[in-house]
Amino acid sequence: MSLAAPATVTLHVLLFARYAELLGQDTLTVTLPAPATVGDLIARVRAEPGGTGLPARVLAAVNLVQASDATPLAEADEVALLPPLAGG
Amino acid sequence: MKWPSSRRSRAAEPVSNPVARLVLGPIDAAALAAEVARPDRGGVVSFVGLVRDHHGGRTVIRLEYSAYAPMAEAELARIVSEAGERWPAIVAAEHRLGSLAIGDAAVAVVAAAAHRGDAFEACRHVIEQIKARVPIWKREYYADGSVAWVDPTAAAGAAPAAAGQGRSR
Repeated sequence: MSLAAPATVTLHVLLFARYAELLGQDTLTVTLPAPATVGDLIARVRAEPGGTGLPARVLAAVNLVQASDATPLAEADEVALLPPLAGG
Repeated sequence: MKWPSSRRSRAAEPVSNPVARLVLGPIDAAALAAEVARPDRGGVVSFVGLVRDHHGGRTVIRLEYSAYAPMAEAELARIVSEAGERWPAIVAAEHRLGSLAIGDAAVAVVAAAAHRGDAFEACRHVIEQIKARVPIWKREYYADGSVAWVDPTAAAGAAPAAAGQGRSR
């Protein structure tokens, strides 16, 4: 009877520059138990091969907007893990 | 992925549309300035960041910029729009991606205002925000054959470059 929340969320993860090199790929599909946050996702990516090379603090964006570790994630969100920015 | 060309027609750009682009070809700062010039804007300040031949005591021979293009373009547009709200100025910005040679323009910001003070402040603000917020990465190729991702937040490696205040970048 209750509106059961989905038990998991599946995220499209984009990796760039040095992070793509560390992980050996530039996209990942990650499924996490719901509810999930950016922090949960980063913890999961750290467990991937090469993921231990990620720094202690990882900048992330959700659907093109900068996010924090506490930002909640929804089904099919695009989450980008951004190495230190070096434009200009 | 589609990046707007820096070569498209410049005549009909409405002022309300922020001029904020990622480009794959050369940046023409004079053409960018022409886009924001108006008879009532008597002060125009341009900043052009060029590829430097050294970093941290090492000789750089070329570099490559890459980006999270959809976000970089959106963030660039947000920065330019914010400057237009904070100062009575119109700002245009372009950042180049891909492989660049020493001396190539990597980024250009032009601010036009009725008077120079607002133009200088808006231009400075936009270039600083670009460096802080736009998801672009730089890979440097050195004369000794090595290659590195530039990390401006790394204390040791970035120190020599950071000491160069007043230089082009």
